[in-house]
Amino acid sequence: MRPKKAPKIVFKSPDDMPTMICSVGHQTHNLTGAWRNIRPEVDRAKCLKCGMCWKFCPEPAIEVIDEWPVVDYDYCKGCGICAVECPSKCIVMVEERR
Amino acid sequence: MKKVMMGNHALSYGAMLARAQVVSAYPITPQTQVVELLSEMCADGTLEAQFIKVESEHSAMASCIGASVAGARAFTATSSQGLALMHEMLHWAGGGRHPIVMGEVNRAMAPGWSIWTDQNDSLSQRDTGWMQFYCSSNQEVVDTVIQAFKVAETLMIPAMVILDAFALSHTYEVVDVPEQALVDKYLPPFKPAIRLNPADPRAFGGLTGSEHYMELRYKLEKDMEKAPALIEETGREYEKLFGRRLGLIDAYRCDDADFVFVTSGTAGYTARVAVDELRASGVKAGNLRIKVFRPFPYRQVREVLGRVKKAAVLDRNCSYGAGGIFYQEVKSAVYSSPGMPPIFGYIAGLGGRDIMTDSFKEIAAHAASRDRADEEIVWIGVKK
Repeated sequence: MRPKKAPKIVFKSPDDMPTMICSVGHQTHNLTGAWRNIRPEVDRAKCLKCGMCWKFCPEPAIEVIDEWPVVDYDYCKGCGICAVECPSKCIVMVEERR
Repeated sequence: MKKVMMGNHALSYGAMLARAQVVSAYPITPQTQVVELLSEMCADGTLEAQFIKVESEHSAMASCIGASVAGARAFTATSSQGLALMHEMLHWAGGGRHPIVMGEVNRAMAPGWSIWTDQNDSLSQRDTGWMQFYCSSNQEVVDTVIQAFKVAETLMIPAMVILDAFALSHTYEVVDVPEQALVDKYLPPFKPAIRLNPADPRAFGGLTGSEHYMELRYKLEKDMEKAPALIEETGREYEKLFGRRLGLIDAYRCDDADFVFVTSGTAGYTARVAVDELRASGVKAGNLRIKVFRPFPYRQVREVLGRVKKAAVLDRNCSYGAGGIFYQEVKSAVYSSPGMPPIFGYIAGLGGRDIMTDSFKEIAAHAASRDRADEEIVWIGVKK
């Protein structure tokens, strides 16, 4: 899994900053999963472990752990592509309740 | 070795001698021959580079950015509508600090559909964080491509090497082709401090909040401000190896001049002939050709204009509602300095209309007949 507890990088002056803006930790602190209205839920009883959801996830917010797809809800925006592409229809999009 | 070549091939030779490692381009008139020759060079092994065929100029620039961030020396070339289509990626290359060098053949923007020269295409990209070098001979094109890589990679700022459609792109001239061993001495391999590398993974160009974005732009501006001195320094270094000095401006017979033309591109050489003819008829004329438009050589322009009684800026472009673009820059260069001459602005040569020595004489006569430059836009050679 991605490191999530890394300290936020704040540069004190322009001289501290890299010329090319890179690796400033924006992904560890900007949790885009907060945008989600519907969440994918995987039914392991139907899952074929084919990896199609992992392949199609544009974020990428699905990791394969011990062959099972695991959604990283910190970053999943709820687009539903995984549910559409899943050949066994084991992924269901469920409304978020907040 | 001397060779007779067209301006487009001068760009290709420049990229070859600079040992570009990735060339990605989409053909567009009048630039096509630049990448045609480079694709032949890649095919026959003259140039050890990856040639990438793409479906649009947007992708051409995007793949150059990818190549550059991976640590390769990247080159492309385009014109007019193609450059306009690249616009988003030009900001990406400038803001992302990817030192790509691009050949840009000045072609008028459509509509009306045109393939002939004027500068509105490149000047529309002036705020994208690219350096812009306007050339006026094929020799200068070859030399400038090599220098542009050196300056770009030192500052991590991309550069356009710009030449006029047909007036230069398709015009054959004698070019002293620099010796490869000397070019290698002048321009060492591109070794960026940070690059895309699977062994040290990094995310480039990601989300940048308000706590950092402004400093990034401050750094770009501060580095751009270092460019004039670096262009002069690397231009002197170039002269030591190749005998030709490369600079920010080219002042011709300006030292004792009362009246100077301010020009760019090939019109800057036509102006020299006009200066000689005006001098023969008793007018102490001179020509200040501005080679580098970004960064703008404010101090160098002031130094020349501070010595003359009148100046006339010729623009082969128009910012509609504000007139000639070089004119605006020249006026802003002198505005806060005392003792500056009146500066007159003229527009000529749009869409490939010829700029002749007579055009300059008409300008000289117009400026001579007035004490103050109170007309904002004077059009030369427009049908009345």
